[in-house]
Amino acid sequence: MSTHTLSVLVENSPGVLARVAGLFSRRAYNIDSLAVGPTENPDISRMTIVINVESHSLEQVIRQLDKLVNVIHIAELKLDESVQAELLLVKISATSKNRFDVDAVLETYSASIVDEGADYMTIEATGDAAKISDLLNALERFGIRELAQSGLVAIERGSGSLADRTLSTQSIPTADSGQADYQN
Amino acid sequence: MSKKMSGASSLVQSLESAGVDVMFGLPGGAILPAYDPIFDSKIRHILVRHEQGAGHAATGYAQVTGRVGVCIATSGPGATNLVTPLADAAMDSVPLVAITGQVPSVAIGTDAFQEADIRGITMPFTKHNYLITDPKDIPRAIAEAFYIAGSGRPGPVLVDIAKDALQKETDFVYPKELSLPGYHPQLEPENQFIKDAAALIAQSSKPVFYVGGGVIKSNASKELMQLAELVGAPVVTTLMALGSFPDSHPQHLGMPGMHGTVAAVTSLQKADLLITLGARFDDRVTGKLSTFAVNAKVIHADIDPAEIGKNRFADVPIVGDLKRTIAALIPAVKAEFAKNKADLTPWIASMNKLRATYPLGYELPKDGSLSPQYVIERISALTGPEGIYVAGVGQHQMWASQFVKYENPRTWLNSGGLGTMGYAVPAAMGAKVGAPDATVWAIDGDGCFQMTNQELVTCALNNIPIKVAIINNESLGMVRQWQTLFYEGRYSNTSLDSKRVPDFVKLAEAMGCVGLSCERPEDVDAIIKQANAINDQPVVVDFRVFRDAMVWPMVAAGTSNDDIMIARELAPDWDSQEL
Ligand SMILES: Cc1ncc(C[n+]2csc(CCOP(=O)(O)OP(=O)(O)O)c2C)c(N)n1
Ligand SMILES: [Mg+2]
Repeated sequence: MSTHTLSVLVENSPGVLARVAGLFSRRAYNIDSLAVGPTENPDISRMTIVINVESHSLEQVIRQLDKLVNVIHIAELKLDESVQAELLLVKISATSKNRFDVDAVLETYSASIVDEGADYMTIEATGDAAKISDLLNALERFGIRELAQSGLVAIERGSGSLADRTLSTQSIPTADSGQADYQN
Repeated sequence: MSKKMSGASSLVQSLESAGVDVMFGLPGGAILPAYDPIFDSKIRHILVRHEQGAGHAATGYAQVTGRVGVCIATSGPGATNLVTPLADAAMDSVPLVAITGQVPSVAIGTDAFQEADIRGITMPFTKHNYLITDPKDIPRAIAEAFYIAGSGRPGPVLVDIAKDALQKETDFVYPKELSLPGYHPQLEPENQFIKDAAALIAQSSKPVFYVGGGVIKSNASKELMQLAELVGAPVVTTLMALGSFPDSHPQHLGMPGMHGTVAAVTSLQKADLLITLGARFDDRVTGKLSTFAVNAKVIHADIDPAEIGKNRFADVPIVGDLKRTIAALIPAVKAEFAKNKADLTPWIASMNKLRATYPLGYELPKDGSLSPQYVIERISALTGPEGIYVAGVGQHQMWASQFVKYENPRTWLNSGGLGTMGYAVPAAMGAKVGAPDATVWAIDGDGCFQMTNQELVTCALNNIPIKVAIINNESLGMVRQWQTLFYEGRYSNTSLDSKRVPDFVKLAEAMGCVGLSCERPEDVDAIIKQANAINDQPVVVDFRVFRDAMVWPMVAAGTSNDDIMIARELAPDWDSQEL
């Protein structure tokens, strides 16, 4: 079993999230996380999908995804060729007594305090899955009251953009009358 | 150049611009605005008696013509009645466009009267679908729907349109060009894979052409014939491919799969190369996958890249339109043969021997009653290979696949992937509309017929004179066969025996058809001839057949193709075969 990060460019059209989620569920593919957001192009959204491939090959998953008409491009982002990050918001128990210890942990993980009160503190951190999980381990001893975590987002290293490379402007002529024989 | 009109008129003009000549449907509140311009349109609208009939009719029309079939229904229950035919069309790659009315856009999401989220419901089994709430989007959605349905691997597309979008005024402009950044079917095969395939073919001493429905969709029968004769290898045609290669051809071994011929099933099992053309390694063909064709390399040509490697690894994957793929293979194979060609003689001889030893056959009932296989064989013989044969689902379907002789593509229609009981009558209606000069026989089961026979009313009233042979075994025969074989003959809820209720002859007459019945073997020919002579009215023949006839050969579900049985507890005599 292995995990893969797919960056999926989709048309920004209604229902596209349902189409992708539905495909994964009906074909029994395991999703670890899914994050959707805008891109530099207002017509296109990016889904970052982390999948756990077991009985289905990664290739099969990609080909099935690619059949969705609203899916424009799919790229696998390998760990060493991309920057990957998750966002963590975590509320811990903190008092003036352990404040110093908490600060030390936050510094190690470049995390910051975004909200605090007499007996709690809400911390924000970003990073890859390993960093986030290490941070959570380190915070455990203070008592975790609540946590919210985003799916992973990822972007290729280097100066290029996926959309630049993949967006085709090719258009298809429609036949004016008579059903076109598109195949032959 | 744009014209002001209602969204409804824009819809109808878009359908006309897409080249639609006929559609099958039934109106209701949400789609009603569209029915007003339909009244004046040159498009023929056939009013069905149930929306499921509209969907299957559109499928039948598409299957015989190769064009996109069109059905139309209202919101809610009208739309949900299209669910089965849409799922059916998705499984069998049928190009279909379904238009549904939706509740007004302000009411969407409020559980309004006759609201159903048909776009959500049909997402899993449409190639694509739309919900339109702005009338200006109608022409583009229709143009895209037809392009997507008919190109690449064909499939159904649904366009759901809110009632207010049909009512509002809009500018009609049919798009000259479409832009679908996420949809680029690959038609042209890659040259390198063609070469690799040709090299494998030249080396193989036990090749088999494993031909699927894709050959029919891409109109590649001529090319297939050339390639098959060039290579000389045996050919098997799946349930979806019957007619793509003539049954009478000496290289043809028949149909593989659960009820395939011994020769066809065994050829795949023993082959060293499967030349797979537009087939998808369905479980009904492979049997237990891990034991399927274990010694064979695989060339897999298909227009859908996701089919390649889905169930079986492909040594040579070829994505492209089959007509082009096969046409490209012909010169490539010739070039390889000029260098070397393995000797196929022993392989062909052993397969021919198998075919001769285990032909399709059946035993006549000992009590002198009517044999269902005999009836079907005679319909084929007396109607000929120019006829179109449309089956339901069950034993009669398998017998129709076995005992009708197919020589031409698009003459055999059935629900292969979904196995939809009730497919035959409406699909035959659509087939007859698409091919009005052909004799169209629905070969239906008594169970299936009771699901959708009301479309015979539509046929009678719209001059669509199909013929229906009810293979009446007074049971859900195929299920009963499984109970015989796997449930110790405990016939739980498979008997339809009810002292001839319904009376199919009277039922036919009540629906405006000629009703005939037949229970003696000696009457079969005369009655088929009588039915074939009637061309101004639909005809229904109630063939009252032997109840316990079974479909053989059979590879039981989940078992290996090696364990094919030719009759109950009877396997082929493998020891006497040299393979
Ligand atoms: C809609 C639907 N319901 C149930 C089934 C399961 N099923 C498969 S074959 C069959 C029996 C069909 O009976 P009949 O039409 O009389 O055909 P026969 O097998 O007797 O020739 C049934 C119930 C199905 N395929 N489709
Ligand atoms: Mg029956």
